[in-house]
Amino acid sequence: MLQLKRLIALLLVVVIALWTGTGTVTAQQGGTIKIMYTDPLSGPFAQVGDQNLQQFKYILDYINSRGGAVGRKFEIVSFDNKSQPSEALLALKAATDQNMPIIMQCSGSNIAAALIEGVDKHNERNPNNRIVYVNCGAVATELTNEKCSYWHFRMDAHVGMKAETMVRALPKEVTKVYLLNQDYLFGQSVQRDVKTFLGKLRPDVKVVGDELIPLGKVKDFSPYVTKIKASGAQALLTGNWGPDMTLLIKSGMDSGLDIRYYTMYAHLGGGATAIGPAGNGKVRSVMAFHENIAVETGKTDTEGWTKQFRNQHDFDFYAAGFRTIFEFLQAAMNKAGSADPVKFAAALEGLTITDMLGHQVTMRKADHQILSEYFVGVFTKGVKYDSEKTGLGWKTETTVLPKDLDQPNTCNMKRPAA
Amino acid sequence: MYEKAPLMEVLLVSLLNGLVYGMLLFMLASGLTLIFSMMGVLNFAHASMYMLGAYFAYSVSRVIGFWPALVIAPILCGVLGALIEMYALRRVHRNGHIAELLFTVGLAFIIEKGVQMAWGLLPYRVPPVLDRALFHIYGSNFHAYRGFMLLISVLMFVAIWLLLTRTRIGLVIQAALTHPEMVGALGHNVPRVFTIVFAGGSVLAGLAGVIGGNYLVTEPSMAATMGPIVFVVVVFGGLGSLTGCFVASLIMGLVQTYAVVLDVSFADLLARLGLHVTSATPLAEVLTMPLPRVGALLPYLMLILVLLLKPRGLMGTRDT
Repeated sequence: MLQLKRLIALLLVVVIALWTGTGTVTAQQGGTIKIMYTDPLSGPFAQVGDQNLQQFKYILDYINSRGGAVGRKFEIVSFDNKSQPSEALLALKAATDQNMPIIMQCSGSNIAAALIEGVDKHNERNPNNRIVYVNCGAVATELTNEKCSYWHFRMDAHVGMKAETMVRALPKEVTKVYLLNQDYLFGQSVQRDVKTFLGKLRPDVKVVGDELIPLGKVKDFSPYVTKIKASGAQALLTGNWGPDMTLLIKSGMDSGLDIRYYTMYAHLGGGATAIGPAGNGKVRSVMAFHENIAVETGKTDTEGWTKQFRNQHDFDFYAAGFRTIFEFLQAAMNKAGSADPVKFAAALEGLTITDMLGHQVTMRKADHQILSEYFVGVFTKGVKYDSEKTGLGWKTETTVLPKDLDQPNTCNMKRPAA
Repeated sequence: MYEKAPLMEVLLVSLLNGLVYGMLLFMLASGLTLIFSMMGVLNFAHASMYMLGAYFAYSVSRVIGFWPALVIAPILCGVLGALIEMYALRRVHRNGHIAELLFTVGLAFIIEKGVQMAWGLLPYRVPPVLDRALFHIYGSNFHAYRGFMLLISVLMFVAIWLLLTRTRIGLVIQAALTHPEMVGALGHNVPRVFTIVFAGGSVLAGLAGVIGGNYLVTEPSMAATMGPIVFVVVVFGGLGSLTGCFVASLIMGLVQTYAVVLDVSFADLLARLGLHVTSATPLAEVLTMPLPRVGALLPYLMLILVLLLKPRGLMGTRDT
């Protein structure tokens, strides 16, 4: 009996080894191009990761229907990093164990910093199994300056660019501002860059309050709203995202705080609901995309494509701009003729493509930072596509062109030997 | 209009804010105190009942409206709680407190994932009749919904107190809170009392969810974010004491609120005594940290202190 059990166990082990073993072989040679996507899928920021994933799936359906890249389709494999850098490194290990060419992450600059270091170390030690880190949203300025890396490609405007856009959007009559940000790498980056650009572009503006809140922990923002009101500020500038953003705005609206909101992420899921009809004309956000841009610029096929997503989901297609990421990957892989990280990374840097809104977008070679157009949207009535069934939606107030955001960088990139 | 406000105004408004937040904590913590005190079960899934209350209320209010949902959603939570206690917790109880704790941890995970899959983030909004300013204080609105929250939580406190002190079942529960073995020895149906308490606690949590779900945000992580602070309140207030729970909730609410508005740091205090902290002073970073930045950690610091100095909690009547 014991011998039979041992035999069955051995058989199981062999079957499992063959099954997973063959997986590693096909990953690079044929089959789909796997992308390991890691973001919080549980905890206070779960909803951000979850909605990103749904939008990615829709985008990939489109990209794959247009042929994918080098004759292969893209496939996303998700890994919950629970907002912990250590978990993200586990995702990296899982990705490299399965010879995946790309790891992608959007939420949390502290996690991004850990991934950049992890990817660098791995690529140095494993020249035959390299991986590229596609950064879809971790925007602390340092990541393409002091912490830059050849294997890291940032696909969203960084804090410096968003901060400059935000400061440029402040009207002349605003002279007192309150800064409120999350107390970690990204929030501190926002705090620093906003103050720098205020100093450079609007020396007449006084910072009457400068607050850092613990990340994802504050549930009741009414004391903060009290402080903001007490300071006499005319505008609140914040980089908050997730519940830190929705609860802040909700609290401000509920207490009738008479202030203008300048945000970086009010257009993400939950923002529109938190603002509500009372926020008509009060909230602005710096964004890469909103559902009404295609209407404003007459891009009807883009409009049709985003409209279909809207019909299938109950949140805005705020990350439709992620399509540009995959169009870049498509173009780079097709140019290099391969999905091998070493080859397509070389093709990706310096590449320029035309995105779905008709703009020329470049992946800057010096620091692997994307240069694309950016928008300041205001949450208001009278737009074609409203957000989260509130009756109000985003309308473009300012368009900033890629060349306007071509900020200097301090990246000292170490390139791999050719 | 855009002038700096006097300190008195800030302190008064903060008092109001702290009270409202404290009462929300009480709504959640009251059920947990009853369950923990009586059954010794550290119910990690209590905050999950809070979350389910919010989600049930959303679904029900979409069909029949907010006011019926206010009654139906907590009842659904109560029924669920009763079923969990009767068919699962009772069996696990035989294996001891650790097993019960682990069971509730697993339950909390399952509920969180289940909610994420079934509903996701919801635009659960305050009913329009309550979505306005109740009164103005120093130029800010006091939102009517917060007044409603205060009303419900006070009613809850009064109702529980009356139930525990004036009804027969209440007296049995009170006895079982402090001397569970004796109550069993006297011939009362202790298992049924346990079920009633667990279900009752779930009803309270569900009601807190109905109210709190649209005061804050309704999302799958709301249980995970509220859970820890509620535990702090329960332990701080002390086992076996509802009044202790009430007092602890208010204290926690006020502490967290005032910590945000009082922009002082240790260095400021030392400066008053004539000692100036510069960047060269050892531990300068810790000393110059302003109170608002660490405000969210204060409840946990208080928890550690109370466990070290007075383990029974503020008004606890028995040990765990």
